[in-house]
Amino acid sequence: MSPVTTSARRRLLPYLLVLPGAAWLGVFFVVPLLQLGAASLYDPTGSLSTGYALTWAFGNYPAVLQAYWPQLARSFGYAAAALALALLLGYPLAYAIARKAGRWKNLLLVCVVAPMFTSFLVRTLAWKTILSDHGWLVGLLRDVHLLGPNGRLLATPVAVVLGLTYNFLPLLVLPLYASLERLDHRLLEAAGDLYASGVQTFRRVTLPLSMPGLIAGTLLFFIPATGDYINAELLGSPNEYMVGNVIDSAFLVRLDYPQGAALSFLLMAAILAVVVGYLRRAGTDEVWR
Amino acid sequence: MRVPSQPLRRRGLLTGAAALLAAGGTLAGCGTRAATQTETGCRSEDRSTAEQKLTFSNWPQYLDVDESDPAKRPTLDAFVARTGIQVTYTEDINDNNEFLGKVQQQLASCRSIDRDIIVLSDWMAARMIRLGWIQQLDPARIPNVTANLLPSLRDRSFDPQNRLAVPWQAGLAGLAYNGSVTREIRTVDELLTRPDLKGRVTALSEMRDTMGLLLQSNGHDPANFTPAQFDDALAKLKKAVDSGQIRRFTGNDYTPELARGDIAACVAWSGDVIQLSAENEKIRFVSPESGLLLYSDDTLVPNRATHKGHAETLINYYYEPAVAARLAAYVNYICPVRGAQAEMEKIDPELATNPLIFPGEDLLRKATVFMALDERQERAYESRFQQVIGA
Repeated sequence: MSPVTTSARRRLLPYLLVLPGAAWLGVFFVVPLLQLGAASLYDPTGSLSTGYALTWAFGNYPAVLQAYWPQLARSFGYAAAALALALLLGYPLAYAIARKAGRWKNLLLVCVVAPMFTSFLVRTLAWKTILSDHGWLVGLLRDVHLLGPNGRLLATPVAVVLGLTYNFLPLLVLPLYASLERLDHRLLEAAGDLYASGVQTFRRVTLPLSMPGLIAGTLLFFIPATGDYINAELLGSPNEYMVGNVIDSAFLVRLDYPQGAALSFLLMAAILAVVVGYLRRAGTDEVWR
Repeated sequence: MRVPSQPLRRRGLLTGAAALLAAGGTLAGCGTRAATQTETGCRSEDRSTAEQKLTFSNWPQYLDVDESDPAKRPTLDAFVARTGIQVTYTEDINDNNEFLGKVQQQLASCRSIDRDIIVLSDWMAARMIRLGWIQQLDPARIPNVTANLLPSLRDRSFDPQNRLAVPWQAGLAGLAYNGSVTREIRTVDELLTRPDLKGRVTALSEMRDTMGLLLQSNGHDPANFTPAQFDDALAKLKKAVDSGQIRRFTGNDYTPELARGDIAACVAWSGDVIQLSAENEKIRFVSPESGLLLYSDDTLVPNRATHKGHAETLINYYYEPAVAARLAAYVNYICPVRGAQAEMEKIDPELATNPLIFPGEDLLRKATVFMALDERQERAYESRFQQVIGA
């Protein structure tokens, strides 16, 4: 074989390796995405029986934004609240499992993942029982006067945020655990040798070194939480509906495909903007400086 | 000589991505074609004489099961034994809208959905009939239906000749309350305004049932109303949502909450409430003085189904009063078959007197079937309703 063809082959090799993955993405992601993009520009007066014409109706976007901005804003608000709660719960948990659990480590990890073995729907329905007006939790909260005598948790924003936190917590904990577990304990000892207090060691060594896990975890948590609609539907009321509920209704109940597609694109764009902004500020490159 | 492999280059990747986008854009096409079909343009030959087969899709728990052996389905097994037709029975319909999403591509482009009988709610049946997706049955082959179908379910506007959609079971939408947590409720207005129920009320996300009851409470007829009357009723509903009286809009999932008492009173379906009150007799179904809604789930034979003859045989079989009574004794919905009540006396005399399975004349007179909507009306009403219920 002449060196020329060998070199050509070498040049092509990386592209050939990328090809199967790219083809998969092309067929199952890019084509549907473009289809959705086209659907968001369909003539809004079309219907199932007459068909939809692609008329580049960009007016669909301002129309849905005007009609459904509260649900869109709510989605980000609830997801952010749930993320904050999940960080409060998840960081100490991941830290404890990674660094303090000793021989219980594997068992605790299984406990974090175990709820994922049952269906998302069943887990959320179980929360209905926990938060029930006649359940022990609401009874307790009423007894200590955190809730009024007729107060409730179900069908309130609190229930939706609790449900989101619970359902997506493992997605935050696992990457955090992985990066905390890899942390070189000699660095912590060195910090101690240099007279850093516990708080200082955490702020200047542990936290920066766990940043990659923290960033991955927050993204994995925040993105599906924003688009979720099951928690709002089962644990909330119409006043808690998120943008996912509207998209569901547009595609399945109202059969208004242009609206549903335009909202889906707006949601994607908004999430993308948030994620890009976040990565710019907390980009992995800076973490190591 | 070993040539080192070169890393991926940005230009190469971008070219690839652009090619992919262009190809995808072409595939995504421009617009969709009309989904409407005509029956004649899309029918397929009936292979019933050659093949002793039938594929039947239904909702879960909508066919009698032998209590000692859940694998046995007495009425269906008897049908197979009598006719020799092998029935493939699948419980794969859980939601009207979801099922439409599943089959609409095929039916819109005149392809088979591999099912000979499907069961869908009356409004979805009406929509599919409007789209031309449903085959007409031969009245001569379903004499039991002609003879025994309950009069209230005959000559419906979407099927004036009773040959497209044959009711499988029917039901009433009315009110229900849990007597262990609240006192009796009699009217829709009480449900929407009584202060002690605040935040403990649900309504159905099924527009026709909830809005039908509200129209009736305003003294209007759900079978024949004007847009202004609809708006009046919707304003009434919106007030109850905004004030926090209504906690949620539900599908079938209100039942555990009503049983627990998280919901004190709600808009409910009769079949669900019978099952709940068997466990807790304080849970009661209420038929408001202003009226109730009558709905049905109908058997349909879709275009391209290849065993229409067998489908007719099966539909006709389930309209034999004795068979209908055995089915009704299990599923507890309103039995659409006249004469089944007398047969029920032999199976379970108590069920035979239950007005929610065999409603008397006075109850049926209060019950209305919601107006058939054309596509424009359906979209307009449904959108406005969805906006009030939060989505």
